[in-house]
Amino acid sequence: MTAIDTPAPATTRRLTTAKAMAEGIALEMAANPEVFYLGEDVGAYGGIFGSTGGLLEQFGPQRVMDTPISESAFIGLAIGAATEGMRPIAELMFVDFMGVCLDQIYNHMAKIHFESGGNVKVPMVLTTAVGGGYSDAAQHSQCLWGVFAHLPGMKVVVPSTPYDAKGLMISAIRDDNPVVYMFHKGVMGLPWMAKNPRATDVVPEEAYEVPIGRARTARPGTDCTIVTISLSVHHATDVADRLAADGVADVEVIDLRSLVPLDREAIWESVSRTGRLVVVDEDYRSFGMSGEVVATITDRDPTVLRRPVQRVAVPDVPIPYAHGLEHAILPNTDRIEAAVRAVVGA
Amino acid sequence: MTVTSPPHTSTGQAGPDAATRLGLYRQMVLIRTFEEALLRDYHADKSPVWDIGAGLIPGEMHLSAGQEPVAAGVCAHLTADDAVTATHRPHHLAIAHGMDLRRLAAEIFGRETGLGRGRGGHMHLFDPGTHFSCSGIIAEGYPPALGQAFAFSRRGTDRIAVAVTGEGAANQGAFHETLNLAALWKLPVVFVVEDNDWGISVPRSASTSVPSNAVRAAAYGMPGERVEDNAVEAVWEVAARAVQRARTGGGPSLIEVHTLRLWGHFEGDAQGYRTDLEGIADRDPITTYEATLRADGVLDDAAVTAARTDALAAVDDAIAFARSSPIPDPAQATAYVFTEEVPA
Repeated sequence: MTAIDTPAPATTRRLTTAKAMAEGIALEMAANPEVFYLGEDVGAYGGIFGSTGGLLEQFGPQRVMDTPISESAFIGLAIGAATEGMRPIAELMFVDFMGVCLDQIYNHMAKIHFESGGNVKVPMVLTTAVGGGYSDAAQHSQCLWGVFAHLPGMKVVVPSTPYDAKGLMISAIRDDNPVVYMFHKGVMGLPWMAKNPRATDVVPEEAYEVPIGRARTARPGTDCTIVTISLSVHHATDVADRLAADGVADVEVIDLRSLVPLDREAIWESVSRTGRLVVVDEDYRSFGMSGEVVATITDRDPTVLRRPVQRVAVPDVPIPYAHGLEHAILPNTDRIEAAVRAVVGA
Repeated sequence: MTVTSPPHTSTGQAGPDAATRLGLYRQMVLIRTFEEALLRDYHADKSPVWDIGAGLIPGEMHLSAGQEPVAAGVCAHLTADDAVTATHRPHHLAIAHGMDLRRLAAEIFGRETGLGRGRGGHMHLFDPGTHFSCSGIIAEGYPPALGQAFAFSRRGTDRIAVAVTGEGAANQGAFHETLNLAALWKLPVVFVVEDNDWGISVPRSASTSVPSNAVRAAAYGMPGERVEDNAVEAVWEVAARAVQRARTGGGPSLIEVHTLRLWGHFEGDAQGYRTDLEGIADRDPITTYEATLRADGVLDDAAVTAARTDALAAVDDAIAFARSSPIPDPAQATAYVFTEEVPA
C-alpha cells in the first residue's frame, strides 16, 4: 500500500540530501564496526557528489577508503568482505562506469546468494550517482536503473528527498541482500549545480529506516496519477502544483522510491482510482521502468484506464551535450505538463 | 622480482616429509578418482545422440585431470578457515580444500542436497564451511578474494585467501586490478595461475606477451615464482613461502604453475587443435609422482592400493548420495534470489 510515512518531525533541522545520506552512513558506521565505505574520492574529497562528506574525519582511513580507479577490484573486494559477514558500502562514482565492472555486480554480487542456494549472503550496498541536466554528456548523465532492476538479485533504491535518502540508506546497510543505492546528482543539493528547493528539507537526527519496496505519495490527487522516481518526482510535483493552481487537474504523484522491490500495489491503488496514468522516467524509454509500470496496470485490469497512458522518458538516444539538446530529451516540466494535459483531456 | 625455478629434488631439505608426501599423493588420487566417476556418469546417458543438456549430469563439464598438483600442493598449507576462490574448473581445488564430497557431488548432479541446492552447478560452488567459492567468468574470481582477505585481516586473524585462475585470465583487466590493490593494501592473498597451455583452443603463445606470468608480479611489487614442471612437491614448496608470507603480514605473492590439461576443455571437446597430445599419458603427474615415491621408498603396492581403495570408497559414497538425493522441486525455481520472499 502507499505509505505517507514521513512522521511529524521532532526537529526543524534542515539538511541537503547529500548530508542526509552521509548522516545515515555515519550513524550505521558508528553503530556497527562491520560497516565500511570504499570508492574513488570518498575520503578527503567527501565523494564527488557529497555522499561521504565528513566520514573520513569521523571514522579515519581504515573505514573510509579511497581506492585505485579499479572498479572491478574494489567492488569485488566489497563482495568478498560481505560474504565473510562484513557490511561494505562501495561507491561507483557514476553509474555510467558500470561498463568496467558489471561482471562483479550482476554475475557475482547479485547471484551468489542464489547460486549458493541461500547459504551465502552478500549484505552490501553499492552506491552510485545518476542523472543528467548539467551538460555532462553521454557517458556521465545516464540513470540506467532499469538495467539494475532488470537483472535479478539486487534491490534497487532511488531516493528523491533528504528524509528518504537517510532512511533508505540505513535500511540498505541493514539489509541482508545487495542493495544498489542510486542518488541523482540533481537531488543532492550541491552548491555547484542547479537544485530543486526540495533538495533541502527537515531530517530527524536519530537513526530511522524507510522500508525498501514501499512507494510514497509525494502529492495526493484525484484526476491523474504520475508514477515516477528520483529527480523527476520534484519536476512532477512542480507540474501538479501548477496545474492545480490553474484549475486544470488535481494530480497525484507517486514516488516509487525503489524499483526492486516494486510497490505494484501502490501503483494499482492510485491508478485504479484516478483512471489516468503518466509515467515519468529519466531512464531510456524502451524496455525499462515506464513499460513495467504500465504493465503493472494492464496485467491486472487494463479497463481501469480511461485514457491511453502517457510515457515521458528519455527517447532512445544517448544523452546529448549541448544544453538545448539535452533538455529537449530529459523529462522536464514542459513535457510532463503536456503529458498530463493529454491524459486529462485538457 | 626474479622468476625462479625452485629446487624440487624429491629429497630437498625444504621439501615435505614422508607423511606429507604420502598425503599429497593420496589427495591427488582422491581428486582423480572423483573426476573419473564424474566422467563415467556424465557420458553414461548422453548417447547415442549427444545432447549436452541431457542426462544425470547435464551441462558443461570442465574436469581438472592433470592439474591435481596445483590443488594438492597449495591447499596442503591451508585450513578450512582460509578462503579459496577458483574457476570454471574447480573440482580439484574444492576437494583439496576439504569440501564435503557428498555435497559437492550432489551439486554437480543438480540435487537439493547439493552445496547450492542444485541452483549453482559445477561452475558455481559456494561452501561457507571451507570459505570456498568459484566463478565461471575468467579472472573474475580474483576480486572477491581481496574482500575475504580484507575481512580476515581486519579481524586480526592470520587467515588468508588463495585466488586461483588460469593463464588465459592473466590477460584480463580484473587480474591486474586485483594484484595492484592486493599489493597496495598488503592483503593476505596468494594468487595462483594454472598455466595449462590452452585457453580452450588458443595456445598460450598466441595469448600472452611474456614467457611467464610470474614476471607480471614485478609490476605490482610482489614476489612471483613459476613452477615449470607440474611437480606437486615443487608447488608445495613455492606455496609454503607464499602462504607464510601472507600469514605473517608480508602481503600477496603470485605463483604460476606450468600444469597440464590431460583431458578436453570440456567433456565432448574433440581437441582437434591440440598439438601436444603425443605421449601425454607419460606426463600424467600422478603416475610420475607415484614412481618417484616408490623409488624413494615412501610408497609400496599396499600403500598404492590403500590410496585407491580409500578414494574409491569415499567417491562411491558421494556419488551414491548424489544419485539418491531429491531433485529440486520445479515449483521452487524462483526461490533464493533474495534472503526473503520478494514478489516479482
